[in-house]
Amino acid sequence: MNAQPHAAPAPVGGSLFNATTLVCGVLIAVMVTIILVRLFFGLASTTNVNDGYSWGIWVVVDVFIGSALACGGFCMALLVYIFNKGKYHPLVRPALLGSLFGYTLAGAAITFDLGRWWNFWHIFWPGYFNVNSVMFEVAACITLYIIVMWIEFSPVFLEKMGLRDARRKLEKVLFLFIALGVVLPMMHQASLGTMLVVMGGQVHPLWQTPMQPLIYLLSAITLGYGVILFESCVAASAYRRQIEVSMLNPMARVMLGIIAVFLLVRFTDIAVRGVLGEAFQPTYIALTFWIENACLIAPLLLIGTVAARRNPARLFLAGIAVMLGGILLRLNGFLIAFDTGPGWSYFPSVPELLVTIGIFAAEILGYIIITRRFPVLPREETYALPARS
Amino acid sequence: MHTEVTTTPADENSRRKFLKGCVNAAGAAVTAGTVSSTVEARDTYQRPPEALGLLYDATLCIGCKACVAACKRANDNPAEFSTADKLWDTPLDTSGYTFNIIKMYRSGTMSTKDDESNGYAFMKTSCMHCADPSCVSACPVTAMTKDPRTGIVAYDPEACVGCRYCVVACPFGIPKYQYDSPTGKIGKCELCRHRYQEGHYSACAEVCPTGATLYGRTSDLLIEARRRLALKPGSTTIYPRGNLSGGQDQSYEGYVGKYQQHIYGETEYGGTQVLKLSAVDFEKVGMPYLAPKSSASTSETIQHTLYGGLLMPFAVLGAMTYVARRNVHHEDDASAQEAGKESS
Repeated sequence: MNAQPHAAPAPVGGSLFNATTLVCGVLIAVMVTIILVRLFFGLASTTNVNDGYSWGIWVVVDVFIGSALACGGFCMALLVYIFNKGKYHPLVRPALLGSLFGYTLAGAAITFDLGRWWNFWHIFWPGYFNVNSVMFEVAACITLYIIVMWIEFSPVFLEKMGLRDARRKLEKVLFLFIALGVVLPMMHQASLGTMLVVMGGQVHPLWQTPMQPLIYLLSAITLGYGVILFESCVAASAYRRQIEVSMLNPMARVMLGIIAVFLLVRFTDIAVRGVLGEAFQPTYIALTFWIENACLIAPLLLIGTVAARRNPARLFLAGIAVMLGGILLRLNGFLIAFDTGPGWSYFPSVPELLVTIGIFAAEILGYIIITRRFPVLPREETYALPARS
Repeated sequence: MHTEVTTTPADENSRRKFLKGCVNAAGAAVTAGTVSSTVEARDTYQRPPEALGLLYDATLCIGCKACVAACKRANDNPAEFSTADKLWDTPLDTSGYTFNIIKMYRSGTMSTKDDESNGYAFMKTSCMHCADPSCVSACPVTAMTKDPRTGIVAYDPEACVGCRYCVVACPFGIPKYQYDSPTGKIGKCELCRHRYQEGHYSACAEVCPTGATLYGRTSDLLIEARRRLALKPGSTTIYPRGNLSGGQDQSYEGYVGKYQQHIYGETEYGGTQVLKLSAVDFEKVGMPYLAPKSSASTSETIQHTLYGGLLMPFAVLGAMTYVARRNVHHEDDASAQEAGKESS
């Protein structure tokens, strides 16, 4: 992780106490309280999950969507280290940081949704784990990836602590972790799609297909780049820094290419399975299907040209559209277009929502603390003043 | 405000490397694909020859719910209330504490039993003990198991992590979780396997007064079901009660119902060990249409194709390691010369 050719990463600096961090702190405290209530009184005390919709937003949003939104790190590693596009190097660390928090919190979130969480270690224990289970593959892969990411990111901490020797030693073998950091997310992001397959006819035919692993993998990659567009714009605005358009512009083009492949696969699959007619029924299912796909078609129109991609506002909007498309793909498959039979319904309770909000608050707070105190974002030579807090 | 990097020879160079990277990665993917194509598709499992199960004949059911009460007692489950006075057990559906229930189909005036229009009918809801269960395939920690001999789908709370993938995966909505408890378990019918040693069999079949729920080997039950479908509606026949594959004879003579010519569970998802007969269309009484190919087999075929023997992951990892090693190293060398150039 030598970023010497570009502006070296440096701490942003500034105070850790401001309105944003304070709000995040309060939201995290609320989340912790609700989690304690859940642990002492059971899932029904805080959530609306039921036997018809046993997976609520703590699984679908915190874990499935949260981890997909955390694909930025893997997507940048793919560009920089696998396709050797060194010019994107300054984006790697901030993206990896976002992924680190996204995944670590997704991993933490699943433990308090587990009904018998004290048995969690069974997932890694020979004699217990079931290699036929898609859930096993996802759980094992995500756990490994979280460990790999902390190792990938550790040069940042070693740098800060002045442990140069340790850092140099680690960097000699870092390529191995970088490779793992590309393969592991490809595996489990694909498997998150495969998780729908065993549910059979309960999942609407527009989302029930053996092609799910490919669709989810492509979607996760588009999300990775979409999130980087979003994050870069937000970080630039919050810290009053320049937007890295020189890097975001060509990266957005890569994203558009993958979106095009995604749409091709998605619609070919639907047509080949002969369920295209389902998309033209007067139902809310068809509506949500089209909103999901419109979110992915929108970036092609918003930032289709080089000139449009120089416009930070358009890049930002395209990033949001891609994120919404990926979020809806997952919400639709696991909740909205999931029908377990008559009589069942689900909408998250307020405590349930507050926990999910708390998780995102924890991600934001972690990002602020680390970028202000550790060398993550590229140093700004021209106006390297720390942002006002 | 924002700057664009113009194309430089260095960029051309990196484009060439980019293409090289693509070729490498594609090569690895193809290799991995060829290796893993030898992994065979996982067929839908069939019932073991000695499989145990139930035959539920809705035309014989009188809706007395003796089976619901017996199931409660056999499994030590608490009563559940759906009425204000809370006088006795009145569950409306199976739950983490109710493993068996009789549901009612109602149409119009409800004047005749087993009539699809202006009639009513009963249907038992409990575990079907699938030949190829989705819950067993879904469970990450082998808490759901299928006995290789009896085929009973059993649950082990000591192994369970409570992820509830079984709840989501089951097409019949059978495994249910105890949401009101901090140490909640999954609850489902296990065909009273814990009572076999005391010489008992499934409590629901033991107490059924009309033989609507009949216990036995599924192969025997299937023959009995076929026999009934071949009978002339309105004629009389002998109906066994209790345990078809052993025990004392409790049979009686009764009238033959107007059966749908379909044994539910004969082929659904590769077959189930609990079989059902009904006079009313199965989908109308809550039994979903299921293809003969199980979703577990589709899911596991995908998993084994992608991850069988970890061949594909290691092939891709090898390729990625090779490429990453070159590229990370390359950056180290190039750092000095590129540092000066990219000052824009």
